[in-house]
Amino acid sequence: MQVRVSVRLKPGVLDPQGRAVHHALEGMGFDSVQDVRVGRLIELDVAEGTDHAALMAMCEKLLANTVIENFTIETEGAR
Amino acid sequence: MSFRAAVITFPGSNCDRDMATALEAVSGVPALRVWHGHAELPDRLDLIALPGGFSYGDYLRSGAMAANSPVMRAVIAAARRGVPVLGVCNGFQVLTEARLLPGALLRNAGQRFICRTVGLTVANNRSLFTSGYAAGEHIRIPVAHHDGNYLADPETLDRLEGEGRVAFRYAESCNGSARDIAGVLSADGRVLGMMPHPERAIEPAAVAALGGTDGRRLFESVLATLANA
Repeated sequence: MQVRVSVRLKPGVLDPQGRAVHHALEGMGFDSVQDVRVGRLIELDVAEGTDHAALMAMCEKLLANTVIENFTIETEGAR
Repeated sequence: MSFRAAVITFPGSNCDRDMATALEAVSGVPALRVWHGHAELPDRLDLIALPGGFSYGDYLRSGAMAANSPVMRAVIAAARRGVPVLGVCNGFQVLTEARLLPGALLRNAGQRFICRTVGLTVANNRSLFTSGYAAGEHIRIPVAHHDGNYLADPETLDRLEGEGRVAFRYAESCNGSARDIAGVLSADGRVLGMMPHPERAIEPAAVAALGGTDGRRLFESVLATLANA
């Protein structure tokens, strides 16, 4: 089963990397960009039937730092 | 005196030898060295030190993988029993990731790796790590980090300040850290995480080349506390 975990900095947490990307885009002439936030996409291949609680635990214990980051879990087929 | 300190080495630690050297220089006793894969620590430890470096290549987040290594379960258990724990630089990152200390360490606000000696203010000199300093004393300790930008929510920051759990502050803004926090204590005062490297500032003979000797009193404070216990 394919699982995609998206990890993003919480709103309000300064993202120096996003700001640098924003500056670079502006320098390239893309002046319509209003803000850039850089996150992380983690793709997991897990055994069929792995329950949501286990996925939540993986995210909370390792994949995301909930002090500074939010995460979303998307499993294959779920829309 | 007998002094049993353990220095943990993770894959990618690179200040573990400096830490062990500093501990031996100040205590006269060689530090025990513990590999991250060990699920148990030596018994009767007086101090556990988590060194600087780039454990697991800083993969995922600085300190995140190391915080979940076998030895950290033992370190967490030891900290709960009151064994003093010192985390420096990557060690501080590991302590926050392991939730032994609140908050998190983000990429420096200026995006750049900062490697220089900085001024610090001793914000709390009543802990076992800082009793050798004067309150408000200005000291100089080297920093070398990319992810030292300390962040916690405002309520947590207020609590840390109200409870005297900010051990050190940057004398001048350094890396974007909230309220210029450079070092944080646990609620019981027995776990200290700090980005600056006291172990790099202990050798009188190396004052010119390295960062002075202001780090020495941190280790001496620990020894003095143990001697008086």
